Formats: sequence, structure tokens, C-alpha cells
Amino acid sequence: MDRRDFVQTAAGVVALSSLKLKLPQADPSIKDLCMRALATAKSAGASYADIRVARTRSQAVNTREQQITNLSDGETYGFGIRVLAQGAWGFAASRDLTPAEIDRVARLAVTQAKANRRALRRPVQLAPTPPVKDGRWRSPIETDPFEISIEEKVALLLRANAEALKVSGARFVTSSLAFVRDQKTYASTDDIFTVQDVYRCFPQMNITAVDTSRGLFENRISAEVAPMGLGWEWVLKSDLPGNAPRWAEEAVQKLTAKSVEPGKYDLILEPHHLFLTIHESIAHPTELDRALGFEANYAGTSFLAPPENVLNKVRYGPEFMNIQGDRSQPGSLSACGWDDDGVAPETYLIIKNGIVVDYQTTRDQVAWLTPITGRKTSHGTCYAESWADVQFQRMPNVSLLPGERDLKVDDLIAATDNGIYIVGRGSYSIDQQRYNFQFGGQVFYEVKGGKITGMLKDVAYQSRTPDFWNAMDMIGGKSSYLMNGTFTDGKGQPGQVNAVSHGTPPARFKGINVINTGQGMNRG
Amino acid sequence: MAEFSGLTRAAARELCERVLALSKSEGCQVNVNSSANGNTRYARNEVTTTGDTDNATVMVSSRFGKRAASVGTNLLDDAGLARAVETSERLAKLAPENPELMPLLPAQVYTDVPAFSEATANLDAVRRADAVRSASSESNRAGLMAAGLVHRVAGAQAVANSAGLFGYHASTTIVHTVTVRSPDGKGSGWAGTAHNDWGRATPATQLATRAVRKAHGTRASTPLDPGKYTVVLEPTAAGNLVSLLAFALNARQADEGRSFFSKRGGGNKIGEKVVDERVTILSDPQDPDLLTAPFTGEGQPVGRTLWIENGVLKSLAYDRFWAEKQGVKPTPFAGGYRLQGSGAAPSLEELIKGVERGLLVTRFWYIRGVDQRTLLYTGITRDGVFLIERGEVSRAVNNFRFNESPIAMLNNLVAVGRPERVSSSESGDVGGPAVVVPPLVVKDFSFTSVSEAV
Repeated sequence: MDRRDFVQTAAGVVALSSLKLKLPQADPSIKDLCMRALATAKSAGASYADIRVARTRSQAVNTREQQITNLSDGETYGFGIRVLAQGAWGFAASRDLTPAEIDRVARLAVTQAKANRRALRRPVQLAPTPPVKDGRWRSPIETDPFEISIEEKVALLLRANAEALKVSGARFVTSSLAFVRDQKTYASTDDIFTVQDVYRCFPQMNITAVDTSRGLFENRISAEVAPMGLGWEWVLKSDLPGNAPRWAEEAVQKLTAKSVEPGKYDLILEPHHLFLTIHESIAHPTELDRALGFEANYAGTSFLAPPENVLNKVRYGPEFMNIQGDRSQPGSLSACGWDDDGVAPETYLIIKNGIVVDYQTTRDQVAWLTPITGRKTSHGTCYAESWADVQFQRMPNVSLLPGERDLKVDDLIAATDNGIYIVGRGSYSIDQQRYNFQFGGQVFYEVKGGKITGMLKDVAYQSRTPDFWNAMDMIGGKSSYLMNGTFTDGKGQPGQVNAVSHGTPPARFKGINVINTGQGMNRG
Repeated sequence: MAEFSGLTRAAARELCERVLALSKSEGCQVNVNSSANGNTRYARNEVTTTGDTDNATVMVSSRFGKRAASVGTNLLDDAGLARAVETSERLAKLAPENPELMPLLPAQVYTDVPAFSEATANLDAVRRADAVRSASSESNRAGLMAAGLVHRVAGAQAVANSAGLFGYHASTTIVHTVTVRSPDGKGSGWAGTAHNDWGRATPATQLATRAVRKAHGTRASTPLDPGKYTVVLEPTAAGNLVSLLAFALNARQADEGRSFFSKRGGGNKIGEKVVDERVTILSDPQDPDLLTAPFTGEGQPVGRTLWIENGVLKSLAYDRFWAEKQGVKPTPFAGGYRLQGSGAAPSLEELIKGVERGLLVTRFWYIRGVDQRTLLYTGITRDGVFLIERGEVSRAVNNFRFNESPIAMLNNLVAVGRPERVSSSESGDVGGPAVVVPPLVVKDFSFTSVSEAV
């Protein structure tokens, strides 16, 4: 399958939305325990309480060459109760889902909130949200991946590995499938009760070509295969066996590719690369908790602060730049019916015509923005990794919307005189305020006079977020828009992971600084 | 003692035995992990969120000949355990043979590691809130804003198998990290502490004072160009980078030709000098500042291992399969490590005095691999970079992005200070290995661009 076919296949899957979904059932005994938790918390002195009861199943199949290296299945079950008492948060969780333990944990959460009062200055204000009597939501999967036999999963991976190893010079290959199913019941004292059934999957490969005589090796990962909020059908669509030979050939080609000459280039970044740049340099800095300093000790703050100097004032990029926050794109990793605050997420613009107009918010953050925006409700971006973790602000899908003209990546290449076309995610690093970043990629092509003239390696670009986005001068259209994402985005302390997608068309960036990361490896 | 702080030895053994009694496979291994996880976060000089979570999980690994599969669960009643055992057996029968599967280890002898501290286990929400109040008050008095985490885990792990092996290790870990910033966003300072024992961790007030001093200092930072500089790396900064080398000490990767430790033409670099001769890196579960588990997940005993001695690569980590294939002894890398220098071990202040012109670095962040062939990494400085002139800190400067290899760094060594236990994980929580490292003075450290971030 060539790149263009792959792009079309992926776009076809993203467009699915007409499936008849089987909604999850509510278990009456769990509902009773939820109501008990809320009542116990209230009677212990909570002004607000919510509970999440979650059962998470995960499965991983890992292989290398022609053998299996790991086959594991996991299940974790438990509940977490969050309360507000005297204006402070408390949270406690346990794996023991019995009435007595529900009571103990609910009281512990209240005791904790009261203990926290001693170190509190500004009581928490919770934004209003409408009641949800009986909400149900399920990921739009066609085939439950947990219903597929292990033999079929292993066979698919070993077939892909064999295809990769047929390519001369490809020495090692690893491949894996990861599946997650989160069955989550949520209830709060604000008259909200929801049951959701969320699926995620991630097929992956990594092919290594080695030149022992020169002491060189190169990897090619399956960067075009996105993790998605879909089922087994996504694994089949991803077609690891069909793509493996091309990836293997590219790993081998990288061994002898020309090492890049450092300097300024026009960069053409395709969606499976650009999604990560969007994630790091747009999605993270527009998290309100970062802007306010709540994440200063680990994830960092944001250069988009304070909000009163940012909203409707800061230009992030060109007029045609529109950034959307949503948790509704079919198959996206962040999609859900209600967030972990019980709020139905909104689809809204964070950057409109190049200007920052909004942040990502949760119920306990909205009051910080109300004096500036007049807005009184949350966008619905609250999430906890598991029942054992307290929920907080996590990013929705943050996507660059396509341009008006339906340009494709080939149009961008054809319009470029001296550039580098970058495919797939590579190494990535950005500072704690999201200014200075450095990104690598999977495969790099030299572009001269509107044409690809050969492969490059040792490429990384360094830039500064506002400079970079204001250097964007061309953007693809609707038919070139694709989603990719991250399965394990870290934030919070203790660290929690979140899965999130980012959609984007390809785009071009003028005159970006490229460095050579080879450190003389290729001259020896 | 706290209400729950992990399963006792007897309870863990009983749980393992229940699983093994259910097993119908040719070989069964059980791993138990149990913990009481308590944390309190703060920001803007006040507590924000908090959490107390008790959990216990069992991982059952079943095998039939060379076929194996694992199933994990935290449903520990009879039905939950029976389901986990049955599922792992069903999956194992369906799995293809794994030619690298090694036989279960027979019973082993482990040394007890005294890694459990009552003071840490007892750090409940009230005591954590008190620590937060102490740190926040310090910052508030200085007109600054503190954000941090007090995180403790008290727990126990156990491994058992149908060949008669049983191992148990109880431990506690406490981490307190704090970032203090000026309200105008122009200054930022950090301090952190980690240990098994809350009594040996740096007290909250002292920690905050250190971060406050840095935050004040960086408010007046002045621009400095990127380039190659002599750097004085505080222990945390040194730990951030040395850990990258420690994790690369893998024999198979090296033997397969895809590691810095690969020898051109085949094999690995054991026996070769790879870094400055003053550097020794070792692991020892009994080290009073490491106190890590004395066994691996499969029950392989973990002893004292010299990885690099006086600059020479002495060992790489061999799993049991690769060790057998190569005809060497298995060498697990587990738990943590210590880097120490030879000779005198000066304090950070003494190291600074010896530098004519250089940069003092508090810590690094967002460190990501760029090139595995050279162990080249990129990342960012944060929370305090200071210019040293004629042996004294003269002023704060901007942050930088670096592109540097820990190997190159340890070859460009100027001086090695006194090692200490640090919180070296970027996330500043309990996760990550136990790390004991000294402050280091390194020449020609490569800063490739300026970061405006504070």
C-alpha cells in the first residue's frame, strides 16, 4: 500500500459514524453503591461528592522476529470518591467494592478534605452543570478486540514481522497490539448518573536495520498507524503485514541516507508528524491549570499567561489557523459522552483565525475565567487515568482544522523550492512553558524545486512556538485531514496518563532552523 | 502504623499459595504487589488535590512447555483468582512457543533489605497537609508561589512459583518536590528530596527555603548565548542524565549491534574504558541510601553489581536467556544505582569555588532520546541556571536546550562531588529508580539554543 492509499484508508475509518451502537447497561447493585457513597459523604459533611466505579481490562501481545515475548491480560476494578468539604477537595479510593468499604472510603475522603482546609486559601468553586438522569455512551467500535482469539492476534503480528524480515538488511523487528476497555459508572450529588464503555487500541511495529561493519543502525516505527478509540477493525485497517515491507525498506535506506546539512529550510509536515507538534506546542499550553500555575512542579506552566493578557489578544498563527477542542470526533481517543466531572464535552474553538480565544477547562477552574470571558460552565475536559486516581484537567482532542482550499501534501511539496518533507513522529522535547522545542521524525526527504530528490537523516528542527506557528504559510484541505494521537500522555503528580487524538492536515512552515543530530556518526 | 501499608509477609505468602493451589499448569509464577499510596498536591501556596488509594494486585503467569501467558487482577476473592488462573492457562495454551522462555527458578536465598519506614507509612493526610503548610508559608512570606507534591507509598511485593520459590520485600518511599515561582512569572526555583525514610528526607521548610532562594535569584536573570560551557550539575541534574546511561546498560542490545555499548564488528564493550577513570557506577540493594528489592520479578536474586569501575565497563545487564546463550552469569539491573567518584568528594559549594567560568544547573526536563548510537539526548534546563565567575555564583541566566550524551559528559569530567539520594525522575513523584549521585563538574557541555521559558 503506498502512502496515498494508506491516507485514504485511514480517512475512511475516521469518517465512520453511522454504526448502530449497543449502549452499556447499568448494574443496579453498582448504582446502589454509588448512591450510598454520595449519601455517606454528605452525612459526613461533604457539600459535594462524586464517585467513579471502574473496571478496566487491558491486553498486550508483544512479539519479536518469529516469537512471542509477552502475552498478558489485566483487569483492575475499584472505586474513587471525591468530595468537597469546607471548600477543599478530598479523594480516596479502594479496590474493595463492598458497602462497608464504600462508607469507610467516603468518610476518609471527607476527613482528608477537612485536613486540607488547614493549607487552603481560596475555597474551590464548582461551576454549575445540568443534571444527567441516566447517561449511556459507548465507543463506536465494530468488533470487540477482546472477542478476537489470541491465535489470530499473534498470527497477524508474526506475519507482519516475517514480511519485514524479507527485506534485505532488516535485522530485527518488534510488534505489538494493545487493547484497553474502560467500563465506568459515574454519579455525583449534582444529580448525574452515567455509564460509559470506552475502548482503545494501538497496533505498533518497530523495524531495525543494522550495518555492523560501520557500527550503524536505524529504526523505522509504524508512525502512520495511530492509536484509536476503535476496536479490532482498526487493527485490520492498519494492515501491519501490508505496510511492513515499506517500513523495513525505509529503515534500510536510512542507513545510507544523506546526513542533513544544518540550516534554515521550509518544512512540509504531514499529519502523522504534525499531530505531535500540535500536541506539545498548542494543546499543552492552552490547558488552563498550567496557565494558572497548578502544574508548575512537573508538567510546567504556560507562556499563555495570565489569561487576561492572552484571551482575544495573543496571535498564535496566521489568519487561516483554527484550533478546535472536542471529545466527539468518531474513533478519537478522547471521545466520551461525559467527562469525569459529569459534563457533556463541548466542541469549541481554542484558536480562532489565529487568535487565542479560549482554554481547556474543568468545573473547578471556570471561576478563574468568568471575570474575563463571562462564561460560567466547563468545556468538559476532566479526566482520571483510573479509579485509583483523582480527576483533573486533561486535554481533549486538540486539532488543526483544514484550510478552505482542498490542497494535498503533494501540492505543498510542489510549491516548495528548498525544503524537507517529514513523515511520522520521532524524538520530541519542549520546555516547561512550551516555547522552545525540538522535534525529529521517522523519515525525511529533501525537497528541491518542488520535487522529492532523496532521503535525509539526522534531522531535527528547533523553534519557538509563536515563531513556528506564525511561519505556517500553507495548509492542506479537508481530504488531507487525518488523526493520530498519543496513548500515554503524562501530566499531574503522581503522574497520570491520558490518551488523546489530534487531527490535522499537512502544513508548510517557512524558514525553520534544522540541526544535524548525527554527532559525526556518519563520517566514521 | 498506618491502617494499610501493604500485605504482610504472611498475607502475601497465603495469597501466593492460594493462587498456586488453583494452578493446573506445568509451571506457575505469582507476583503480588500491594500498596497504600498517599499524596497531597499544592499550588499557589495552598493545597489543591489529594488522594489515598489502597490496592493489591496479583499477576499469574502460567506455562505449558515453552508456552506462557500472564493475567493480572486486583479481584482477590476466590472467584477473581480462579478466573485469573484459568484465563492465564487458557491463553498460555493458545500462545505459540517462546523459545526464550527460561525454566522457573527454584527456591532462592535473599538478603533482607530494611526498606520499610514506619515514619513514612504513617504520613497521613494531616501530616502531609502540615508539610504543605510549612512549605507554602515559607514561599508566601517571601511573596512567591509554591507548587509541589508530597507523595508516599508504603507497600510490599512478593514473588512465588510452583518450583518452590518465595520472595517478599516491604518498602516505603517518600518524595517531596517543590517549585517556587514569582507571581510575575519571572523567577522559578526548585528543590526536591527522596528517601525510604521520611525522617531522612529534607524537611519541608528547608526544602522550600532552597526553592525560594532560587526563585528570587532567577527573577533578575540576564541573557546568555548558547554554546559549550563548563557546567556544575547539581545532584538532581546529574541524576537526570546519568540515569539515561544506566538504562542503556543492556547486553543483548549491545550484542545485537544496536547500542552505544556495541562493539564495531560485533560483540560489546565490556572491558573497555567508556568514561573518565574517576567514575564508578554500581547497584547494591543493601546500600543504605538505595534499599531496593533484593530480587527481580521472576525471583532472580539482585546483588551488588559494578557496572562501570574506574571508567571501565565491567558489566552489562543479562537476562537469564541471553546469559545462557552467551555463556555468562545472569546479571539483572533492578532497583537503582549509585555513581561515585574516586578520591575526595567535595561539596557542591566547594565544586563551585573551583570553577573559573561556568554554569550551575538545578535540573533538566523533558529529556528525550535523539540518537541511540551515541546516547544523544535533548532536553531543557529549568528552575535555575546561574553563571559562575571566578568561583562564585554571579548572576542568573536564561534557560537552555541541550543536545548532549551522558557518555560524552562523563568523558568531559572535571570534578566529582559528594553523592546523595535524589528525586531524579522528571515527574517528581515516587516513580523511577532509587538514584544516588554526586554533583558533577563537566566541561564542553553542549547547549544548542536558548529557552525563554522560566
